[in-house]
Parts: sequence; C-alpha cells; structure tokens
Amino acid sequence: MAKPRSPRSPGQLPAAASPRALVDHGFVPVRAKLIEVAAFLDRVERYGAADDFRCVALRSAAKLLVDGKPERARRILEQLSDPTTKPDAVSTGKAALGAWQKPAKKK
Amino acid sequence: MRYIEPHGHMVSRTTDDYQAMVTAGCQAVCEPAFWAGYDRSSVDGFRDYFRQLTEYEPARAAKFLLPHFSWLCINPKESEDLALAADVLAMIPEFLAKPNVLGIGEIGLNRNTRNELKVLEQHVDLAVKHDQLILVHTPHLEDKLKGTRLIVDLLLAHKGVQPGRVIIDHVEEHTVRYVLDRGFWAGITLYPDSKSSPPRAVDMLETAGHDRIWLNSACDWGVSDPLAVPKTAFEMRRRGHSAEFVDQVLYQNPVRFLSQCPKFKI
Repeated sequence: MAKPRSPRSPGQLPAAASPRALVDHGFVPVRAKLIEVAAFLDRVERYGAADDFRCVALRSAAKLLVDGKPERARRILEQLSDPTTKPDAVSTGKAALGAWQKPAKKK
Repeated sequence: MRYIEPHGHMVSRTTDDYQAMVTAGCQAVCEPAFWAGYDRSSVDGFRDYFRQLTEYEPARAAKFLLPHFSWLCINPKESEDLALAADVLAMIPEFLAKPNVLGIGEIGLNRNTRNELKVLEQHVDLAVKHDQLILVHTPHLEDKLKGTRLIVDLLLAHKGVQPGRVIIDHVEEHTVRYVLDRGFWAGITLYPDSKSSPPRAVDMLETAGHDRIWLNSACDWGVSDPLAVPKTAFEMRRRGHSAEFVDQVLYQNPVRFLSQCPKFKI
C-alpha cells in the first residue's frame, strides 16, 4: 500500500459556525433517515429477508453509530468495503451491491 | 456566485439543464468519457462518441454561452474487453489535439479486475506520452476502498506520473485522505443516493482540507442533479463558511487544476 508523501492542509470549521443552527437544520431530515433505517430492518424481517448478507452488514454497521467513537461515516464505509487487496481474475459482470460478501469456497 | 462543473455527462442531459446551470452561475462544464449504459459493439461506437464530445456537445453548450471541455478514454467497465480497449486506445490520439480536450479520463476501475488494471496502465502510459492531465474514476460502493488503493499504487509506481496533474474522483470519507496525502487532487461527487450528499461533502472539506478538492455533480442518465454543486454552496453558507471559501472550492480550485492544460481558458 502506498505511503503518504504529500502534506495536506488541515480542514477547519467556519469562523462563524453556529452549533445550534446546525442541529436546527439537520435534525429533522436525519431523524427521518434513521426511521427509514428502522422501518427497512422491520420490513426485511417481516418479508423473511433479514438474513440477506446486505441486511446483516447493515445491522452490524449500525452498531458503529452508537459506539461513542468519532469518524462514524468513514468507519461504516470501511466496514462495508471489500477488505481484500488483490485484483480479481475476471469481472462478475454484475453491479456493486453495497456490502461485501466473502466468496463461497469452491467445492 | 460563480462555479465550474468539472464533471458532467452533458450528452445525457437536456437543454433545460444547460439553462439552469448557467442561470445558477456555471462558468464552464467539463465532460469525461464514460459508460453509455450499454456496451458499445465496436471501436466505431467510440469514434462517434468522441466526435460528439469534441464537436457536437461544445456547440450545443455554446448556445447557452457555456464553455464545454472534454476528456477521452474507454471507461473501466468496457475495459474488461482487452481487444476493444486496444482499438480505442489506438484511436484516442486522433482526438487529443481537438481544442476542447483536456486530458485522459475518466479512467480507473469498476470491479477491480486484472483486465481493468491493464487498461488503466495503458491509459496512464498514453497520458504521460502525450503530456495529458488525468481524471480517474474510482469504483462504486463496496469496491471503492480496494479500487482506490490499487489505482493509487499503480499511479505512484509509474515514473512519468505527477500526482498534482491527476484528479481521483468520487472520493468519500474512507478514501479522501488516502488520495490527498499522496499528492493527488480529489473530486467529491454529489449524488442523491450514493457517493456524497452536500452535507457530507462539506464535512469532508472541514475535516480533510480543501486545497486540492473539487466538487462535481457527475450528472448523467441516472439519478443525479446537475445543480448539485451550487446547492452545496448553499450548505456551505448556511454553516457559516465565507463567500471567499465557497468561491475557492467551487471556482478557483477547479480552475487551478484544469489550467494545467493550456487549452482550458474561460
């Protein structure tokens, strides 16, 4: 894996940041998305699809939301990613699915 | 407000979109070659597409007073066919001297296969040989992290590549620092359902820095929004970022990267 070699300027919050306004604008839309997640998990259980590897991955990733550690978005994206490092021999021809599934062993 | 749309697939969009973009302050649009939604049957399909990108689409944009630039390649998805890729790569130099061509792109990986990597390397060779800028597409969803690492490794191993002349697009929270820390530019793509939303894009600017980043809508024939970039300006201002900050990210940054090609003039 390539090593860092170029300095990156640090990010910064705006000088006029308003924490209260951030919550005022963001809370209701994000509340809606959280309820969508909950409803989706209820729905796939009701339809008997809760064991689909993508639903399993979603439940596992959701635990990172409340572990009290920062960079939740980065860590959820990493958890849903293919952890292997070598290129695949051939394309499956299928689209990406959003969660990684370990390939089944050949019999 | 002024902004650049550095990555828009305008052949998929209507004239209403051109009008809306110009009305919102767009000063130029750049169009990388991409997958058409189906695999072309021969190299002639690409020849027609490259003519569209270098002749017809700039004329259509000009009707709305919008400068139009393009990038050329065979996209990663169709690169799985090595014979077709070889034919397209051999044809690309015919178009590099066209006045609106900025470089080679959007090359990269789709499903992280050996064939895709081979064709990526051939594109990089071509870009270096002809002193072209490079625009890189990174894979979707669960393939992005691995694909970004494979791409960065390949680029850094190539002696002719200058990272400051390469933009690696579609970064997200798990890849943005990896790209910037190695000297490359990073593109954040604003999509309604995947890649990044405007609030997440501004989060990345606040946490990973904003010197070598551009934002784009990558608007195409799928679920996408050609006004995603100016809408993200609204998110920046709502958080308290200055008008100068917005201008730097949405206008000055892309101009700085793209001006490395002498043909980019607006």
